[in-house]
Amino acid sequence: MATTTAPATSVAPDLPRSAGRVTLAGALRSEFTKIRSVRSTYWTLLAMFVVVVGFGALASAGAAHGPHGPYFDPTRQSLAGLYIGQLIIGVLGVLVISSEYSTGMIRTTLTTNPHRGVMIAAKGIVFTVVALVTSLVTAFAAFFLGQALMSSDHISTTIGSPNVLRAVIGGALFLTACGVLAFGLGLLIRHSAGGIGAVVGLLFVVTILVNFLPQSWQNHVDKWIPALAGGQLWMTTPNPPGNTPMYGPWPSFAILCGYAAIAVAAAVILFRRRDA
Amino acid sequence: MIEAEGLSKRYGDTLAVDNLSFSVAPGKITGFLGPNGAGKTTTMRLILGLDRPTAGRVTIDGKPFGHADRPMRQVGALLDAKAMHGGRSAYNHLLCLAQSNNLPRRRVDEVLGLVGLTGVARKRSKGFSLGMGQRLGIAGALLGDPQILMFDEPVNGLDPEGILWIRNLMKALAAEGRTVFVSSHLMSEMENTADHLLVIGRGKLIADCTVDEFIAANSQQTVRVRTPQPDLLIKLIAAAGGAAREDGDGSMVITGLDASRVGDLAYDNAVRLHELSPVHASLEQAFMELTSSSVQFHAGVPEQPVLAGEVA
Repeated sequence: MATTTAPATSVAPDLPRSAGRVTLAGALRSEFTKIRSVRSTYWTLLAMFVVVVGFGALASAGAAHGPHGPYFDPTRQSLAGLYIGQLIIGVLGVLVISSEYSTGMIRTTLTTNPHRGVMIAAKGIVFTVVALVTSLVTAFAAFFLGQALMSSDHISTTIGSPNVLRAVIGGALFLTACGVLAFGLGLLIRHSAGGIGAVVGLLFVVTILVNFLPQSWQNHVDKWIPALAGGQLWMTTPNPPGNTPMYGPWPSFAILCGYAAIAVAAAVILFRRRDA
Repeated sequence: MIEAEGLSKRYGDTLAVDNLSFSVAPGKITGFLGPNGAGKTTTMRLILGLDRPTAGRVTIDGKPFGHADRPMRQVGALLDAKAMHGGRSAYNHLLCLAQSNNLPRRRVDEVLGLVGLTGVARKRSKGFSLGMGQRLGIAGALLGDPQILMFDEPVNGLDPEGILWIRNLMKALAAEGRTVFVSSHLMSEMENTADHLLVIGRGKLIADCTVDEFIAANSQQTVRVRTPQPDLLIKLIAAAGGAAREDGDGSMVITGLDASRVGDLAYDNAVRLHELSPVHASLEQAFMELTSSSVQFHAGVPEQPVLAGEVA
């Protein structure tokens, strides 16, 4: 042990009397220190970038050599990795809060800042900003790499074409909203494995299961499925005729945000009441 | 000043804390004693607002801790040496705590020096020994230079050096006029450090007094004597108002008279003594007597499920 048994005192001679007040600004700095000081943050965000950009490149390279119909959407093709990216950002969303519980850190966090509302708001804001920034970088990288790979076959598009910028930014907003939904589920469940399971279930399994419903049911149900609704924001072409009807890009995205809001609101209400 | 009034906490069928009323005064070390499962950790969690009481209330300087303006200036708590993210360095762990209360960054370096962890400040706490984790937890508690310190079983699992360090630290903190509230199930530890005692068993307060009062009230001073003339001495003891219990071999244990009185009696009556020794009851014995009826988990099959609050 790198320590001595010298008698200890905790004199803090010039600690200003005003120091020590809990504020949202302080809580934000604290939560930013937390998220940047553990390796899992970097690994998860790096994994999301690599998988989303890499899978988008693969899908774009494949499209460049294959047949494509009249409704081919080169923007969506280059963003195909978002299907996996939503789960990776979901894992991070769960971990930023569930790791407080799995490590016991939550007890230290709440005994140093018992203002639970301030603390959880700061954690949510910091995670959302980190997720949004990383998602924007990822979505633009995936778009430009994908278009470069498809340009040889003259099926690429440009960022200035109609709806393209909205779709690329929309891809980042989609990832962020999935992350916030996961954060809410993580805070509700307070357990890493359980939280990640719930995220995969809600974003992935439900989306697969509705495929097996009769088409007449799908016509009513699909537009309310979180991942399907959120996915409308990162396509540039209107939903092709004959496909399951969906709401427009922004109303559909609002549905995804609604799920995230419900999860977060329920979790925060419980968080402020529950024993920690 | 920590004040509890009628504090109760129920987890399912288990009443972990049962109508506790007490106050913890500044400037001294108050020991919070009880067998495992007695409700010590739960009480500390209630004080710190981690758990909500089922009934009653507990305040720190007149307010529930959840409403504290400057929580870390007011209270520093160490509930569990491992209540931290092992992947975070010691420095960053303390930094995020300091930032949440707008404490200056230099306090992090100061408390690291204070607990002797400066050399490993950039190492992840996952690799720390229990003693180092304990020191890091204490560094966090000291960040805000608080008036009240709460330690839950701080010497559990520590080596003798670590125990001595914590004991000296608590004494130094109390000598500076701070409130130190420390729980333990080890009586010997409290005998060495505490000024005042709160004793609980099965969630109920069973004593609130000084260490000396506790021993005096809960144990009898006895005298051990060995003599070749036991029959004569027993008569003399009885005549002087004491009681003797023979242990065989001419040895006996006398209650009701102190050692000098027994020695004088023997000398005045020409009784030979081969041994005369006062037996001081320890806090340990007093505690065992007092809590024997309230020990929740006797050896063998537990009668009740383990309390959630004690699983740390």
